[in-house]
Amino acid sequence: MVKAKKYAGRLYVGLIGFLLYSPLLILIVCSFNDSKIRTVWGGFTLHWYTDLFQNEEVLLAVRTSLILTTSAALIATVIGTLACIAMSAMGKKMKGVMQSVANIPLLNSEMVTGIAIMLLFVHFMTLGFTSMLIAHVTIGLPYVILNVMPKLQQVDKNLYEAALDLGASHVYAFVKVILPEIMPGILAGFFFAFTISMDDFVVTYFTKGAGINTISTMIYQQLRRGINPEMYALSTILLFTILILLAIINRLSATKEKKEVQY
Amino acid sequence: MNRKILASPYIVWALGFIILPLLMIVYYGLTDGSGTFTLENVLAIADSVHYKAFGNSLLLALGSTVICLVIAYPLAYVLSQHEGKISNTIIMLFILPMWINFLLRVLAMQMLLSNTGIVNALLGFFGLPQQHIMYTKGAILIGMVYDYLPFMILPIYNVMSKIDKDVIEAAHDLGATVFVTFKKIIIPLSLPGVISGVTMVFIPSMSEFVVADILGGSKILLLGNVIEQEFNLSNNWNLGSGLSLVLMIFILISMAVMNRSNAEEGDTMLW
Repeated sequence: MVKAKKYAGRLYVGLIGFLLYSPLLILIVCSFNDSKIRTVWGGFTLHWYTDLFQNEEVLLAVRTSLILTTSAALIATVIGTLACIAMSAMGKKMKGVMQSVANIPLLNSEMVTGIAIMLLFVHFMTLGFTSMLIAHVTIGLPYVILNVMPKLQQVDKNLYEAALDLGASHVYAFVKVILPEIMPGILAGFFFAFTISMDDFVVTYFTKGAGINTISTMIYQQLRRGINPEMYALSTILLFTILILLAIINRLSATKEKKEVQY
Repeated sequence: MNRKILASPYIVWALGFIILPLLMIVYYGLTDGSGTFTLENVLAIADSVHYKAFGNSLLLALGSTVICLVIAYPLAYVLSQHEGKISNTIIMLFILPMWINFLLRVLAMQMLLSNTGIVNALLGFFGLPQQHIMYTKGAILIGMVYDYLPFMILPIYNVMSKIDKDVIEAAHDLGATVFVTFKKIIIPLSLPGVISGVTMVFIPSMSEFVVADILGGSKILLLGNVIEQEFNLSNNWNLGSGLSLVLMIFILISMAVMNRSNAEEGDTMLW
């Protein structure tokens, strides 16, 4: 009876896992299929990949995405971390207000956030890279705060005061005592903001100007136009990039923990 | 040095790019093209087209939330029963799709479901009749469930894995059956995770327009599609904002109701 239950559980986990991953596997297989028709295997080919790297539109979108996402995540991390440091010095009430405001973009649907920012921008500037950047920083900020704040609360305040007593300046004590403690939170916040921004479609869609595309908005345009196997190739590259990135992050955090144990 | 000054970039940012834009939606939503106050844009939700779209959105959002919950709850339970390195990897595998570009997941679904897609090819292979899944509500529902399932699994798993095993053992020792333990301990203790999961699936499904656009064609309009079209096709920003206001308020009220019911049980944990 117990054994049967265990196998039923495993079977269920396997089934859902299969349903989650089989569409992605098919996508990967199709990217190597030498046939425009998905259900016919026309032999192995790499020419969707070579086409992809000659497609100016795709390369430009990838470039825009990378610059946009990296700068948005960096700005969000700096502003968010500074805000957390300030918040830890605030009274309960003020802190509560700040945190509620920080949560607004999380609780609002992405669509409302995107439309709201778009409505503001059309009055002051033409939509384009800057409006997208500001929008992406805004959706990344809550994740930075969510990751940094708990770390900051765990820091032992006495250590900081001890550093001050021993003659360290505020800035020096912060850099030497607090910063190393909260660094994992800051890094996690950066990666969160990065992936949120990379994954975003809706907010980008409403705040982007004409003629500028990120990877997401380009895939959307292609999807509406019809099927293009080059998109399968791009998807496969993206999938493996994410896998490798996650593996690196995992490795980094794993070695970090080991070190902590040694101390 | 006053540390509070460090918050100023954030405060400026929040005022300028979180609060002010929301006020812009309120302004546009409550005025007509010439800037005079009107409630017409908000009340337009009662128009038959909008009303129907709202109904479709609500139906599909509730449907996908319930289906995700039904699939994710037992899954999270099974996963939380195992510990160790391998189970960590398995959990990673279920969370991983969250990091995969949303559009890419929609693309994969389109490939499966379209008339010349994989599902129909498989059906044909087994001699079964072809199904026209694309451009139906069913296709949108499948797409939403596929896209949002990991967002239901993660919070429920997080809460379940923290339930103290001793409490469950104590219940068994005191003579509780498996069913009673489940009902009296596991369900109440996992409720905060369920609420987070429901929130993370319901909000995006309620304002969904991409999945409906690609998998539903132009035949089935959701509230998200209507709003998107008011902005990008009809250029009626006032109407679009008015409907966005309705959507926003509806989501806020549903969240408040849900958190109220949770608050009676104990701590609230929305995120």
